[in-house]
Amino acid sequence: MTKYLLIESRDPFESNDVGYYYELARGLCEAKNQVTLLLVQNGVLAARRSAHVPVLRALASAGVEILADDFALKERGITQLADGIRSAPIDIVADHLEAGSKTLWH
Amino acid sequence: MSSKNFAMALMDPPYESENLTTAFRILDALARRGHNINVFAYEGASGLAFVRQAAHPNPVHGKNQAEENHPTTKDQVAALLGLAEKNGGRVEWVNCGMCVDERGVGEFVPGTRRGSPADFHAFCEASDNVIVIPTK
Repeated sequence: MTKYLLIESRDPFESNDVGYYYELARGLCEAKNQVTLLLVQNGVLAARRSAHVPVLRALASAGVEILADDFALKERGITQLADGIRSAPIDIVADHLEAGSKTLWH
Repeated sequence: MSSKNFAMALMDPPYESENLTTAFRILDALARRGHNINVFAYEGASGLAFVRQAAHPNPVHGKNQAEENHPTTKDQVAALLGLAEKNGGRVEWVNCGMCVDERGVGEFVPGTRRGSPADFHAFCEASDNVIVIPTK
């Protein structure tokens, strides 16, 4: 099993490319890899409890760990996260790099 | 954990993209852990360490230079180098030579140097892990 850290910096309501990245996370997970999706910058807008992003909930149900950068959340005044998403410090990237996770940025 | 080697490629120019804020936060986390970090500053990012960057006042907001406290990326690069050294690691920061020539930003903060994409290849070969942060 290979570990992947996928970092998404874009807002899915602004960029249609984000959907393809979510699909990549799903595909890697279905291929029995361990996948973490870290939302940073405007990517965290999808993590709001009020946001309608059903694909993220589906990813969480499929086994993808979904994290949202605490700094980006604080900057944007986001305090309530959708089910299946939790806040994480940027140190999570260092943790994954140390652990040898394949780390991709979008 | 023992010290490891990591490589990062940056492409965004100073003062334009939130990517760099996140990148420096990741670099900060690695430097605090005492790791060795190899950074290849490519395209617009080749201006991050340009030594002639200057803080400035903000007359629109009625602030002098000290009040504005404008952060420059060259100071952030210098601080990163110092932080890594303090924690037992080191940063090798390479600015793409063709990129700096195109932009006229060939004077760097001490501890960084001119190089080429071949340096990034060597960084990747010698690193335990790599992260590339491209422009949008």
